Amino acid sequence: MGTTTKSNTETDTPIINIKGLYKSFGKDNAILKGVNITVNKGENLVVLGKSGSGKSVTIKCMVGLVATDNGQINIFGTEITQLDEKELNQIRLRIGFLFQNSALYDSMSVRQNLVFPLKRHSKNLTEEEVDKAIKEGLENVGLADAIDKMPSELSGGMRKRIGLARTLILKPEIVLYDEPTTGLDPITSREISELIMAIQKKNKTTSVIITHDMECARLTGDRLVILKDGVIYTEGSYEVLANSEDEWVKSFFVSSCPPANKTTQ
Amino acid sequence: MLAYLRSTFNDTGSVVLFTGRFFKEAVGRPFEWNEFIKQCYATGNKSLPLVGITGFIMGLVLTIQSRPTLARFGAETMLPGMVAVSLVREVIPVVTALICAGKISSGIGAELGSMKVTEQIDAMEVSAINPYKYLVVTRIMAATLMIPLLTIFSDFVGVFGGFVGFNIHSEANLSRYFSLVLTSVDFIDMVPATIKTFFFGFAIGLIGCYKGFTAANGTASVGIAANSAVVAASFSIFIIDLLAVQLTDFLTT
Ligand SMILES: Nc1ncnc2c1ncn2[C@@H]1O[C@H](COP(=O)(O)OP(=O)(O)OP(=O)(O)O)[C@@H](O)[C@H]1O
Ligand SMILES: [Mg+2]
Repeated sequence: MGTTTKSNTETDTPIINIKGLYKSFGKDNAILKGVNITVNKGENLVVLGKSGSGKSVTIKCMVGLVATDNGQINIFGTEITQLDEKELNQIRLRIGFLFQNSALYDSMSVRQNLVFPLKRHSKNLTEEEVDKAIKEGLENVGLADAIDKMPSELSGGMRKRIGLARTLILKPEIVLYDEPTTGLDPITSREISELIMAIQKKNKTTSVIITHDMECARLTGDRLVILKDGVIYTEGSYEVLANSEDEWVKSFFVSSCPPANKTTQ
Repeated sequence: MLAYLRSTFNDTGSVVLFTGRFFKEAVGRPFEWNEFIKQCYATGNKSLPLVGITGFIMGLVLTIQSRPTLARFGAETMLPGMVAVSLVREVIPVVTALICAGKISSGIGAELGSMKVTEQIDAMEVSAINPYKYLVVTRIMAATLMIPLLTIFSDFVGVFGGFVGFNIHSEANLSRYFSLVLTSVDFIDMVPATIKTFFFGFAIGLIGCYKGFTAANGTASVGIAANSAVVAASFSIFIIDLLAVQLTDFLTT
């Protein structure tokens, strides 16, 4: 997987392939009822859906945080639902996960938050290299001067950006973003969306982006899927979905965004 | 009462599994030395003043209260030894453990509980860091090591408290007092009393971690984790004490 040569066809091989994913919490609380998702290498997939529709659960299944009831999740050509802890960790190292609420380690400073995963997984780095990687990671999110702050001293938007820096510090091949722009002002939201695109260009990452922010979906998404009643209701590019005949699909797009036909990507 | 017992201990099965996992993870490499040392320091640092003051007061109070009885028999010279024996064997280990249940077990419960609720434990897991090893093993080990040390420290402070109490009505210098103590307290007294404190420490760490690690979602569960950790830890301290006294009694007679 890691040694394949770069070719044009590579962008069309699914790097994530989810088939018939089922998950319920308790007896009659089925959340996912046969979700199918494929994500190609280098693609940005946006996942839309109402609050509580199971978007976060879906991506948590993809890193083994939530045990699935049924179905297959194939990532990097490996079926991850069958793996033991050790094998799963090998996969997890290649995936970055941005949590909905940042999940920064409260007891550690911003620097330590980034050092913690880095030192454990890249043991042969010298102190200077670690320092450099952290400075660079923080500069990428525009927060180089927050390095010695504690998470409690940061605003929500800053926490999100530090969370992003921490997610990216190990240079993951796949990044899963859980609502990267929720709760941020339009300017910061846009900056984050642009950051996501820049990262994808720079590191050739594949991303799954959960969002309610249509501006972010429009900017970052190569393809959009909508989750409804435990299955993928529909999918397509931003333009296609924005001009959909389906009232329910349309209702995602009406609120705050400029009409799709005036924008070109 | 029954319902209360059930609610406190109905998860005995998962506690057993949790304990089993501790032994499995504790032997596997790598051991998180830095975090372990940090936790040892935090545990000791947090409880040292409180444990010291309580030990001192226990020694003082026991001495003052026992004096009239012994004085009636003219056996005041037995006072230091008698007080020291009950301090070292029972009072100090249990009181120290109870204080640590309140301070450390609840602290761990709240800390891990809030890490659970805010997905910090999940974040560790997705960065391929074993949160059980990093958070749980280190805290249980730290408690298991530090509670005995705190108890021994408190033993000395307690005996010193006894010395102060003794001097209210009698005259004895410190070295005479300690020689009186040592005529009654044998090394043998120290052994079972110290061994049981390791179990106290283990229970305090384990229960705090269990309650925190298994906290449900939502901020309310952080409070529940901390609170139920104190209740369950205190209760198990008495149970361990009960078993320990039976066992020492059985072995020494
Ligand atoms: N650990 C859990 N235990 C029980 N129920 C859960 C658990 N995790 C999620 N759920 C339930 O699954 C449903 C979907 O949750 P999820 O977090 O995936 O929603 P979401 O689509 O991400 O919504 P939002 O946009 O609000 O983040 C919710 O109804 C939630 O109550
Ligand atoms: Mg969510």
